[in-house]
Amino acid sequence: MGQVEKILETRELNVNMGPQHPATHGVLRLVLDIDGETVVKVTPYVGYLHRGIEKLGENLTYFQALPLTDRMDYIASMTNNIGYVNAVERLFGIEAPERAKFIRTMVGEMARISSHLLWIATHALDIGAMTVFLYAFREREWLLGLFEMICGARLTVTYPRIGGVRNDVSQEFLDSLYKFTDEFPSRILDYETLIDQNRIWLKRTKGIGVISAEEAINWGLTGPTLRGSGVLYDVRKHTPYDAYDKVDFDVPIGTEGDTYDRYRCRMLEFRQSNRIIRQCIEKLPNGPIMADAPKFTLPPKDYILKDMEHLISQFILITKGPAVPEGEIYVATEVPKGELGFYFVSDGSGRPYRMRVRAPSFVHASVLPRLCVGHLVADVIANIGTIDIVLGECDR
Amino acid sequence: MAVVLERIGPSHYKKMEPLEIAEKIKERFPLEVVEVTSFRDQVSVTVKKDRIVDICRYLHDDPDLDFDHLRDLCGVDYLGKKEPRFEVVYHLYSIRHRHMIRLKAQVPENDLRINSVTSVWVGANWHERECFDMFGIVFKGHPDLRRILMPEDWEGHPLRKDYPLKGPEKEWPGFIEVIEKAKEFREFEWGA
Repeated sequence: MGQVEKILETRELNVNMGPQHPATHGVLRLVLDIDGETVVKVTPYVGYLHRGIEKLGENLTYFQALPLTDRMDYIASMTNNIGYVNAVERLFGIEAPERAKFIRTMVGEMARISSHLLWIATHALDIGAMTVFLYAFREREWLLGLFEMICGARLTVTYPRIGGVRNDVSQEFLDSLYKFTDEFPSRILDYETLIDQNRIWLKRTKGIGVISAEEAINWGLTGPTLRGSGVLYDVRKHTPYDAYDKVDFDVPIGTEGDTYDRYRCRMLEFRQSNRIIRQCIEKLPNGPIMADAPKFTLPPKDYILKDMEHLISQFILITKGPAVPEGEIYVATEVPKGELGFYFVSDGSGRPYRMRVRAPSFVHASVLPRLCVGHLVADVIANIGTIDIVLGECDR
Repeated sequence: MAVVLERIGPSHYKKMEPLEIAEKIKERFPLEVVEVTSFRDQVSVTVKKDRIVDICRYLHDDPDLDFDHLRDLCGVDYLGKKEPRFEVVYHLYSIRHRHMIRLKAQVPENDLRINSVTSVWVGANWHERECFDMFGIVFKGHPDLRRILMPEDWEGHPLRKDYPLKGPEKEWPGFIEVIEKAKEFREFEWGA
């Protein structure tokens, strides 16, 4: 029997990751060119969840387009609503009353905590720390229950309204939320005990996906993903909206710009959000929850049921839309993922002529090739987790 | 701990008034600026498209302006409202100085080409691809100009005002394929 000589050849492999892959946080498809275990090239493909929200928004009145914004970042829909109503209010030239502003700030921070909880849960799960997932979902459940208490929905809330909020918060809700803020700091310690000094966690996150401050700005990164690189940019501080100029909070920033620092930033943001919620409950002023601007806001429901004028006003506002001044506006808000911007061009009719959504996840997904090339395949997963993307928002 | 808490102290930044910035652009590029408009404290500078990269490079590099953050880049279709038909809108922000400006480049329908600003801000890459996908505006010098949200073989540009809201009359071939597959599976007989 002759000896069989086998020549082993090495070549680059072309591998599809996603779109149906649990670690891609939705329907993100990555085409990886790999040389052994090292990633040579990454090509992201997005658009699997494209629903044409911008086109739809241009064909609806300003009131009708509000529920569409829930469907973008479905993990923190409250902050999307807040971003939308803030932009529309600025365009209309109205302002929400003080109590509504504090309530919005409060629920916005609740959404931030619940979004970061989901992030730490899935990010840790991707890297291999299963237990954190279970702990984080326990607290998230509490917050979702609180959302249900104020507006009846857990995920797609549509609670803020143009000119205020839908209904007032009850004392029962405030008590339960205050109890949450009492207990939450100790729960953060639970997660940190599990992973903060964990040797595997450190190996998987330190020095992975490093991006310098200048480069991160140039790529257009925002939110904790940018602050992990040591850049102090937070829309809540730079251009305060709602009640953020009336509460006291710090902005955590990192130094190294790697996955670990971004993780630390978000862990510290938990505490700051907790602080903001407590201050909002303590400082919550009394007063109306809707702006007194009958030309731009929907009349209260009990008035509509009783008299004709309010019914007519409601009918006209819903079908034709309000008379909006001509102009264009860009308003940014800080959502858990980064900077969410709404750009409206108004032509004087009741519908936006152009509605543009600047989604942080879209920009963050574009930076993936920069972060992954040169690392191992397993680090691609860590990098997808660390930029914190939601594909519903990315594809719109 | 690697992460520090930074407290934002008293203002140590030089914020410029938006109209002041518009004046500065006008001074530097007198032939390029078409008009300056202001609405609710936000100023837009409309420029011709030919020297857009020079203008952006100046705004990015000038130490007083220092527009290092490209907030957003998008297209707008003014069909039957304005001439020229398209505009590419750049929202710029300076993280250091905390001021903002909106730059609008006019793109006529018969010449849908504009230079890419990816050499100034790398982050413009996907925004420009989306603008190409949605409006059909071609960015010259872009490293990888392909459709991004719509399928590669899609016809038409959805965010144009003359594009029907319910989609084109002719279905997308990929969709027809799926429908035929579904039909085929429905006709499957168990135990046959």
